[in-house]
Amino acid sequence: MEPELEALARRLDALLGPERVITDPVRLRTYECDGLTNHRCTPAVAVLPDTAEQVAAIVRECAAAGVPYVARGSGTGLSGGALPRADGVLIVTSRMRRILEIDIPGQRAVVEPGVINLDVTRAVRPYGYYFAPDPSSQQICSVGGNVAENSGGAHCLKYGFTAHHVLACEVVTPDGELVELSADGPGYDLLGVFVGAEGTLGITTKITVRLTRVPETVQTLLAAFGSIEAGGTAVSAIIGAGVVPAAIEMMDALSIEAAEAAVQCAYPPGAGAVLIVELDGPEAEVAAQFAQVERMCRDAGAFEIRVATDDAERALIWTGRKSAFAAVGRISPAYIVQDGVIPRTALPRVLARIDELSAESGVRVANVFHAGDGNLHPLVLFDDAEEGAGARAEEVSGAILDLCIEHGGSITGEHGVGVDKSRYMPRMFTEADLDTMQMVRCGFDPAGLCNPGKVFPTPRLCGEVPGVRKGPHPFEGKADLF
Amino acid sequence: MRPPDASGDALGALAKVCGDVRPGEPEEGVLGVEPAAVAAPATVGEAAEVMRVAAEHGLAVVPRGGETRLDWGTPPRRCDLIVDTRRLDRLVEHAAGDLVATAQAGLPLERLGAELAGEGQRLALDAPLPGSTVGGTIATGASGPLRTLYGTPRNLVIGLTIVRADGQVAKSGGKVVKNVAGYDLGRLFCGSYGTLGLIVEATFRLHPTPTGRAYVARPVDGPEEAHEAVQAVLHSPVVPSAVEYLSPGVVAVLLEGVPDGVGARAQQTVELLGREAQVSEDAPDGWGRYPDGTVLLDVAAPPPALRDLLAALPATGTAVTWNGDGHGYVGLSLGDSPVGVPSGTVADVVADVRDALARHKGGAVVRYAPEDVRGAVDVWGPVPALRLMRRVKDQFDPDHRLSPGRFTGGI
Repeated sequence: MEPELEALARRLDALLGPERVITDPVRLRTYECDGLTNHRCTPAVAVLPDTAEQVAAIVRECAAAGVPYVARGSGTGLSGGALPRADGVLIVTSRMRRILEIDIPGQRAVVEPGVINLDVTRAVRPYGYYFAPDPSSQQICSVGGNVAENSGGAHCLKYGFTAHHVLACEVVTPDGELVELSADGPGYDLLGVFVGAEGTLGITTKITVRLTRVPETVQTLLAAFGSIEAGGTAVSAIIGAGVVPAAIEMMDALSIEAAEAAVQCAYPPGAGAVLIVELDGPEAEVAAQFAQVERMCRDAGAFEIRVATDDAERALIWTGRKSAFAAVGRISPAYIVQDGVIPRTALPRVLARIDELSAESGVRVANVFHAGDGNLHPLVLFDDAEEGAGARAEEVSGAILDLCIEHGGSITGEHGVGVDKSRYMPRMFTEADLDTMQMVRCGFDPAGLCNPGKVFPTPRLCGEVPGVRKGPHPFEGKADLF
Repeated sequence: MRPPDASGDALGALAKVCGDVRPGEPEEGVLGVEPAAVAAPATVGEAAEVMRVAAEHGLAVVPRGGETRLDWGTPPRRCDLIVDTRRLDRLVEHAAGDLVATAQAGLPLERLGAELAGEGQRLALDAPLPGSTVGGTIATGASGPLRTLYGTPRNLVIGLTIVRADGQVAKSGGKVVKNVAGYDLGRLFCGSYGTLGLIVEATFRLHPTPTGRAYVARPVDGPEEAHEAVQAVLHSPVVPSAVEYLSPGVVAVLLEGVPDGVGARAQQTVELLGREAQVSEDAPDGWGRYPDGTVLLDVAAPPPALRDLLAALPATGTAVTWNGDGHGYVGLSLGDSPVGVPSGTVADVVADVRDALARHKGGAVVRYAPEDVRGAVDVWGPVPALRLMRRVKDQFDPDHRLSPGRFTGGI
């Protein structure tokens, strides 16, 4: 280890106690990647603070030493947002997992960043409440990570994203100061930009989340169609009728095959596509709309409709969908999980084009998507033992993102940019757009030490005249350490 | 930065890039600060050129939309140029199938609403003041009763195009609801009062217009009853679009959805609120408007703070609207006791309100007040993270030319 890092590690020992500071390369390997496993880097030091004050002290030490740092929750992110720096400190929040306050009259709870998403719901469920953001990883992902990534989930079509369910955050700024950012306080809505900034503006140490009343009733159906087009017609009819489902998810034949192999979800045989539609809310409301949804599915050509009559049946319907990503491992040795968004109405055109891309390249693509909001999760399959297959898959995966941009969509709906997609940012945004976003970054973190190298392809030199770059960038040659 | 110059030189330069430039009129003063010039660009390109010329001449710029909240906040330290957005009034796109619309900043919300209604859709934001525009609504973070279910502009803006202080056009977000690519400047600009840049275009997520609607209201007597009624509805499964307390003593609930569902939910709500509750197709008095008064406070705190807020107010000369979301307004009618609030006591009233809300980690901001009152009160109250706000401001507007002094902490 470099002498400066060694010295920093000793100061962190003094702050936290040696058992909370990891420098052993073998133990550090636990933290070398997040959910995006093809990017790996062992941090120089990992620390496991217990309190906000410790996080602030760690950040101050890093700032004083000019050492970059990265925060990590449960490490379930899918874009490498928590990828450590070889020359930096990884701040792991997993020990900060206390639920500090549950305020039912105020419909809110205060939690530490390492608290698991689903544990918030478990804690407030007895009062008839839950925490609405429900990313697929909700059994293990942390609320701090949800804040960083502005996590969504299958139900965000109706209930919105983490940004809509976080009322305030205590944050350690890159100066090492503890400040409170809130959605409704006087002054700028810094919370609004902090949520979803992928950990580049500071580290949250306390989160006030909004609690949502558990709906009176939930109704779920699974409809099987001969083709994706028929399923798409049903989606358009449902949305066009003014129904706002809690969730509306579609899987194509290849992803159904994978899910079947993995979890035997027993979806109707021969389906070219299945649609899962869930409605929730007041009973009278749901009853009327559910009948309408069923009818529209039949009109669009559904050859089988299953309605869940209880929670067990509902879970069974969801099993196939929720296991789809991992299940693809059953039908392909390796795969890329893509995350792109298109305007929902462009779905038929984009899916047809993905089919063509697949046929032209010989690369198989399984499609799983949040159909209501046009968020596609194409799974690009390849055999990593075959030479060049990974590169071909990458190419198809990139071409799918280009399709999303071409149709006015986004390169990421919920997985984030991280290290994985920063190179695509200039395809979606102009240099001026990116430069303007980074003004916020420069306000928060002029030294560029807080999770550097994420989100933006080129860091902005803080303090320079907007739009004018002078000489080589200080991070040149350093930003691509991995 | 060059010295401020809004003389003939700057006017001439502005006129070269914008078809509608003229000297300011005395009655166009922003809280009394008269603009030297007014420019009304008709396109985003023109707006960018105006901002570029303003930067070249070191002009202090105040954006203006429907002039409904121009008297909010504190007066600008300088106002060389008003950039009026009223000619930027196009609905750029309404993608009905995608429940998304893009509008220019100067489009009034009523006109946007009328266009969207044609497709059975709406922007789920109230317009408490008629004539307010898309840009002004975002810049002031304005909302009304619907915030209970749909939130404020920050929840509904999915893409934003701005012109920076240096004239550069920049956008964030996009045209899809689900999008986490890059920083969300849309949320940052909500409630930024023209101090970070000129908002020129916004993309919103829309909602289907409900086919059924009912109001359920009951009179309440005193803070405790008001609190109990609001809590009863909030913790029920009726999913109100809005829950409001309205002075002098009504709790009203808006239910929206399919007609059959609304009927059943209205009955449920009556049971929650008690026999005095009435179902109506019409909104109760004062619904969706700011309370009367010559001083307006914007108050925010968790929902149970309503009790302490009401208890902290003088018995006369005050009016309150409070949303179940934990946000409201207090109007003070200045005048001699016992009918009004004596202007000399406003600072005390504001302090009492702040004390009451601070117990719930809430706060209060004075939105408007007569000049003498404004000078005697702390308009913003305590502002956490002010240093960070200043640093963000310095990045966006290093010369402090955008609505200088209009915002928190003199920003």
